[in-house]
Amino acid sequence: MRVMYFAWVRHKIGISQEEVSPPADVTDVASLMRWLAGRSPGHAEAFAQPAHVRAAVNHAFCQPDHPVGPDDEIAFFPPVTGG
Amino acid sequence: MATIRVQEAPFDQQAEHAALMAGRADVGGIAAFTGICRADDGLAALVLEHYPGMTERALAEIAAEAERRWSLTGCTVIHRFGRIGPGEPIVLVLTASAHRQAALESCAFLIDWLKTGAPFWKREEFPDGTGRWVDAKAEDDAAAERWRRA
Repeated sequence: MRVMYFAWVRHKIGISQEEVSPPADVTDVASLMRWLAGRSPGHAEAFAQPAHVRAAVNHAFCQPDHPVGPDDEIAFFPPVTGG
Repeated sequence: MATIRVQEAPFDQQAEHAALMAGRADVGGIAAFTGICRADDGLAALVLEHYPGMTERALAEIAAEAERRWSLTGCTVIHRFGRIGPGEPIVLVLTASAHRQAALESCAFLIDWLKTGAPFWKREEFPDGTGRWVDAKAEDDAAAERWRRA
């Protein structure tokens, strides 16, 4: 699956996107965040407070219990500040 | 059908205004909101990041919701990204309708929902080279919430 990072989530992790193949027990956004947090110190810092991170699956905002699969594009970012 | 654009370049508000009236005689009013970069705390520039693909989709969904709720003859949303200096425009919302109430209300709705529902992020840059990400504001959530229907 493709994972994308924006704003300070991207800054902390140091890359804007990556292809990942998480284990079978990663089934939703929340478990993906926990798994990603173990990939590097930057990932750990970005996901240290999961409540501060928002997510989108395939370009639609979603909640932590939203399912994720190998063909999905999942994005993580702070609450939006446009306008 | 709304006009939605996400672009780095500045926009021409007069031209966008004219485009909403071109070839039609049923426009009774156009409401406009232009968001402008303030020079808070000696700010050198705002740098806006967005999520290409999702941004256009989110703006189109917000505009479609405005068109469902109000009778509009046209609607334009243009949001810039990249580096934007103090005094420069960031976002333009235009809503055209036969009557003022629909135009004014839908314009306010669009900017309120856009601020909490479109994937943009602002970073403030200062003359000494430092920067900080802008935090989301609770009052923006409250402004969007007042349009939510039960």
